[in-house]
Amino acid sequence: MQKTEEKEFYDRLEKKGVTRRDFLKYCTGLAASMGISATGVVQVANAIERAASGPRPPVVWLHFGECTGCSEAFLRTPNVGAIILETISVEYHETIMAAAGHQAEKSLHEAVEAHKGKFICIVEGSIATSYNGAYGKVGGRTFLEIARAVIPKAAATIALGTCAAYGGIPAAAPNPGGYKGVTDAIGVSTINLPGCPPNPLNLLSTIVKYLNKEAIELDEYGRPLFAFAETVHDRCPRLKHFENDEFVEEFGSKEAELGYCLYNLGCKGPETYNNCPTAKFNEGTSFPIQAGHPCIGCSEPGFWDTMTPFYEEI
Amino acid sequence: MGKRIMIDPITRIEGHLRIEVEIENNRVKDAWCSGQMFRGIEMMLKGRDPRDAHHFVQRSCGVCTYVHALSSVRAVEDACKITIPDNARIIRNLIHGAQFQHDHIVHFYHLHALDWVDIVDALRADPVKTAKLSENVSGRPASAEYFKTTRERLKTFVESGQLGPFNNGYWGHSAYVLPPEANLMAAAHYIEALKLQAKAARMHAVFGGKNPHPQFLVVGGVTSIKDLNSDRITEFEEIWKETKAFVDEVYIPDLMAIASFYKDWGGIGGNNQAFLAYGDYAENSSETRLVMPSGFIRKGLKVEDLNVDLITEDVTRAWYEKSRPSHPYAGKTEPIKGAVRYNTDDKYSWVKAPRYDGLAAEVGPLARILVAYGKGDSTAMRLVNKTLKKLGLGTDALFSTLGRTAARGLETIVIGDAMEGWLDELRVNISRGDKKTYQSWTMPDKAKGCGLNDVPRGALGHWIEIEHGKIKNYQYVVPSTWNFGPADAHGKKGPVERSLIGTPIADPKMPLEILRTIHSYDPCLACAVHVIDPHTNETYKVRVV
Repeated sequence: MQKTEEKEFYDRLEKKGVTRRDFLKYCTGLAASMGISATGVVQVANAIERAASGPRPPVVWLHFGECTGCSEAFLRTPNVGAIILETISVEYHETIMAAAGHQAEKSLHEAVEAHKGKFICIVEGSIATSYNGAYGKVGGRTFLEIARAVIPKAAATIALGTCAAYGGIPAAAPNPGGYKGVTDAIGVSTINLPGCPPNPLNLLSTIVKYLNKEAIELDEYGRPLFAFAETVHDRCPRLKHFENDEFVEEFGSKEAELGYCLYNLGCKGPETYNNCPTAKFNEGTSFPIQAGHPCIGCSEPGFWDTMTPFYEEI
Repeated sequence: MGKRIMIDPITRIEGHLRIEVEIENNRVKDAWCSGQMFRGIEMMLKGRDPRDAHHFVQRSCGVCTYVHALSSVRAVEDACKITIPDNARIIRNLIHGAQFQHDHIVHFYHLHALDWVDIVDALRADPVKTAKLSENVSGRPASAEYFKTTRERLKTFVESGQLGPFNNGYWGHSAYVLPPEANLMAAAHYIEALKLQAKAARMHAVFGGKNPHPQFLVVGGVTSIKDLNSDRITEFEEIWKETKAFVDEVYIPDLMAIASFYKDWGGIGGNNQAFLAYGDYAENSSETRLVMPSGFIRKGLKVEDLNVDLITEDVTRAWYEKSRPSHPYAGKTEPIKGAVRYNTDDKYSWVKAPRYDGLAAEVGPLARILVAYGKGDSTAMRLVNKTLKKLGLGTDALFSTLGRTAARGLETIVIGDAMEGWLDELRVNISRGDKKTYQSWTMPDKAKGCGLNDVPRGALGHWIEIEHGKIKNYQYVVPSTWNFGPADAHGKKGPVERSLIGTPIADPKMPLEILRTIHSYDPCLACAVHVIDPHTNETYKVRVV
């Protein structure tokens, strides 16, 4: 950007309550998630700026069998206020919306009809399918009925978190409610952003790419390659200790203090595809392995059953 | 018979909740709470490794994240007779304290404020007068420019026609009584709090790896030994300071300013006599001295010692097979087989009805503040008396929707202040060369244990039974089960149902007043509901009936 253009750009941001420092930090975080260099930051900035200049793209956020952790993760995005107020238009989101009861139902109905084929649907939580979906309802309709009525009308659907993507914890054995991820439950393909919780930078990167009309390449489990192409192990800062046979055998030990490899304590990093070590969480503060805890494989389908017991090697 | 209103979904909460009320002469005459989702985490735990349980139960809720994990490791440590090292206790306290700071700020601004603040009316405010009001209620300097920018930002937002999360709110309702300037002040802080909470959550990530769902707890201690250094302690301290400044200079002044316009709510939404607090924040490793004291109030402000053996769960009005009220160790979760009906004269909820010595007890910030006050805790007495004096209200006003919302603010101060001491303790320990964060232990063949804590929404207990090193039975009784439970065998209603009775309703089509009391409890239904029956698929009307 030219100097004057740049100044105008930051002036406009200031008016939205976003400082230049905040914005650059934010873009650097996004760049880390998308695996692009810092020069790609301009591209990110342009996409957000473009999005902020016209009508904001409508988003319908559905809550099914979930714990609201994915919404909470989204709320941890730096400058989330600017995203909600100026970047996207959150038409329906049960955790933050003012309306309740039939006024809330009205918002959902109006958004889906007014923006048919144009809205982005974000799904949090999995869908109960046994017994006609009796295990979960909103406003008297089962999750299954709501999913079938809303999701096919979206321009694109993002399954946010492991529950929406693959079933997650409600689907752990014995899966009493027959919970399934969105694609398994209703046969509509989705962009899957697993994680328990998912990294909010991966959500933002996906939205930015979508607004930029960039193709988003997915792996066999529907995960964007920009974030999920490599394992946690491949990107782990403790990898050299693995290669040197330097392992932690007990929590709280000298080896734990030295930051040795957690493989022998059950770390699932080698089987888990995600960008936690590079994107990190909460503005780059940390991620589980940095905090000395083995990876539990939370972005893999079925991890509650396939990766447990968590503290044993598999 | 009065008019029936059903609100489903209740929004700005965690989970899927339905509330039905009967209205007569513009007041609520009767009320029923019903949970609408089941996942069955207790059933999943059977036969699994007790060390894994905390990861599973933490996914009960991502809003009250961490707290179930803490209860769970405490239950296993109780069963296996493990005493955790001092540093582990302090780090757990700090993460728990950070959870309260974060959760209560988010609750006040993002889940509860819109019940009192008319965001659209804020557009009529004068920014100069708003800045004056702000400086009047808080020591923090305020500029008219700041409020003007916020007003313009909201104006652009409203004029875009894309109201997003503010669409179809009860704006203009006669029960909103704040002047436009107070509405603008609160709206500006709503946006500011969105930013602050993201930062406050970083406290979890410093020692816990991430938020939500921090990943650093293990049975026996914590894993973040590498983060136990002065840089990380300082990093945590800086965020704690900024959060505390927001609490002292924004949250509490806003709470007091808004409360001063809604003093009539000091006489609405009470009706409960029994209160229960497990207490929390051990000040030493033997866990005898607690920053938040434990106790049970039967009536008034007289506090009895806590006895967890007196806890039972009743399923008479919930969709479970008939059984006698039982203690959680003997607790079963057996949904009735066959079709179930939502029938407010019979069974109407999947939430069980917990009782303490046979009584429905309210849990949460109000219960904790009342127990501390009743026990003569000097900090609680000072804060409560100062608040009541400022508002010109008596202690009766504590037993209300206003009292509940104010109590949440007051305990945010108490816990925030205590955190400073824990940071100092950590520094002293590491300067002495004590970096112990984990206690080795071995799994017994058979054992039973209980993990209690008091969490943002109230008293939380997990009970585990271990056999052959695996989980034989696991039950938890959570705050929203206490508060949102149905009636029991004797027809005695749950605390929230009782609280709603007598609430004035100006317009049955826009039952704003009901939301105020419901939200004052900060409901978390994903935690509260244990099992739903598989054999029904009924649909109900959601309109005003």
